[in-house]
Amino acid sequence: MPFFEAVRLALSSIRAQKLKSFFSLVGVLIGVTFLIAVVSIVQGMNVYMTDKFAGALIGVNTFQVRHRPNIQTGDSNEELRRQYQRNPRVTIEDAEYLKDRMKTPVRIAATGNDAVTLTWNGKSAPQIQVNTVEAEFFAIKHYDIAEGRAFSAQEVNVGAAVVVLGSELGERLFDGRDPLGQTIGIGGLPHRVIGVVAKQGTIFGISMDKFVITPLTSPARRLVNRPHVIDDIQIQATNPDQMRAAMEEATILMRGRRGLRPGEPDNFYIQSAEGALSGWDKISKVLFMALPGLVAISLVVGGIVIMNIMLMAVTERTREIGIRKALGAKRADIMAQFVVESATLSVTGAVLGIVTGILLAFTVRAFTPLPAAVAPWSIGVGVGLGILVGMVAGVYPARQASKLDPIEALRQE
Amino acid sequence: MSDAIIRLTGITREYQMGTECVRALRGVDLAIARNEYVAIMGPSGSGKSTMMNMLGCLDTPSGGEYWLNGQEVSRLVDDDLARIRNREIGFVFQTFNLLPRASALANVELPLVYAGVPTKERHRRAEAALTRVGLGDRMDHRPNELSGGQRQRVAIARALVNEPSILLADEPTGNLDSATSVEIMRVFQSLHEQGQTVILVTHEPDIAEHAHRVIVLRDGMVESDVRNAHPVRTTVAAA
Repeated sequence: MPFFEAVRLALSSIRAQKLKSFFSLVGVLIGVTFLIAVVSIVQGMNVYMTDKFAGALIGVNTFQVRHRPNIQTGDSNEELRRQYQRNPRVTIEDAEYLKDRMKTPVRIAATGNDAVTLTWNGKSAPQIQVNTVEAEFFAIKHYDIAEGRAFSAQEVNVGAAVVVLGSELGERLFDGRDPLGQTIGIGGLPHRVIGVVAKQGTIFGISMDKFVITPLTSPARRLVNRPHVIDDIQIQATNPDQMRAAMEEATILMRGRRGLRPGEPDNFYIQSAEGALSGWDKISKVLFMALPGLVAISLVVGGIVIMNIMLMAVTERTREIGIRKALGAKRADIMAQFVVESATLSVTGAVLGIVTGILLAFTVRAFTPLPAAVAPWSIGVGVGLGILVGMVAGVYPARQASKLDPIEALRQE
Repeated sequence: MSDAIIRLTGITREYQMGTECVRALRGVDLAIARNEYVAIMGPSGSGKSTMMNMLGCLDTPSGGEYWLNGQEVSRLVDDDLARIRNREIGFVFQTFNLLPRASALANVELPLVYAGVPTKERHRRAEAALTRVGLGDRMDHRPNELSGGQRQRVAIARALVNEPSILLADEPTGNLDSATSVEIMRVFQSLHEQGQTVILVTHEPDIAEHAHRVIVLRDGMVESDVRNAHPVRTTVAAA
């Protein structure tokens, strides 16, 4: 019997008993839903972590030379922490040294930061992150200026008392008045507002717009770091390959500058998005490892249900099998009919599972910041598993059917 | 009888029923020529059903030889028997045995599906067969939308669609009232007149009287085999 004929037959059997068919394919449906939804969500998390989390916190193709890490996601222990504490602080001179010597094309900005209280017109905002930076910082962070302007290298050189605000402060602090030209106190030191950075949004629900940026040499720098000391040297390369080269070059230069002998550990810390993401990598690997197990359990259950339904179908349709055999159906024809029917049932379940899985992924996307994206390969795997489960579950009932004696089968009421 | 389409020699069939050995056929010799119209009769337990299964290649004999249309089929196994049933035999059953969820046309197409006939050709031949039994206007109806007589006509169309060597009808009027029975017997008569070999298995003498030759079985052997010089003819012209 041609394949197409068998599928048509199977679909008409399924249509004839909609409710029973639905219950029989629920197991496969749930398994495939799970597969699609989890893959989409984990992949969404991946995109989120790399693009938003690492990109926004550290910067694209960017790394930082620091005395110790400030984003902790990987392994950490007391020994390592003490070691970081012993590292000498990074200085403006270190930054200048790298600027003078690095051959890989990079942007470099020395930056410092601390939480300081802001005041304006009697109002105060405690614990606001103050970044003291060189002018290149705006380019490295890809900050768009929504209003006014950023400060120039010239203003950094002369230590101008100017400040660029994060958008949330621009909106909240000034009672709806235009922030440009206002003078705010940073820890009591007056700075004139010259610009507002475009809105950055949130990461894990934490606002990324509560900060101010002043020149590295502004009066506020006194509140952030001791003279000459900075927190990071931000280095941005043009692409991921260049970034790896730049990281190596910066490491070698820093080791040379600090007089470290071969074999001695670095007494500074290079922080990159890759490093910060290592913790998330571990989580997503565990999820992806657990996934096949979870999906397999529902599919095995689904397969057993389908096998039972098919065994019942063989019993119920003994007479039909007898008629078909009397009219010339060979064993293989009967086999094919029931295996295809079972596979069709299962694939129908898989297709429904794909639909609900996609709906689930879109629901997650609608209600959370996760950009859950359906992976095309997971749809392929879903359909493939549907076919496989159905065929495996169908083989035994189909064999039973094909072995029926036509005389006995025709006698069946 | 060179033109024998069926030749049975020394056919025996034994069943093991528990510890008892039932000898359903005890050595049957029989030849049926092309375009004969034969009725096989006998009381229950005479081996009539076994004979019908044997002739229809649903069963194989324990001993003896069965030649059907020039091939020996008595030693064939499962799938080969299926092929023979598909090509050589058209079954008509007492209970019609149509697939309830399929249309008349789909039911008639079924043997062609297993013969591997392409879809278009299948439609054409099934339509022709249904038209031949006078159901050209009922092709899309399901069995439960048809009367008993119409169902049996669908079954006859299905039996004919593969142009089989023999038409094998097992109590074809057993589930029909007498008026409808006459109508069905007229169809058989007409098919016979068109050259079809017809074998009726029945226990009703008045049905058997339509045949041109009556074979009576008793205790697994042929008791009598007589020509019917004056078969009953339904008077109304065939469709």
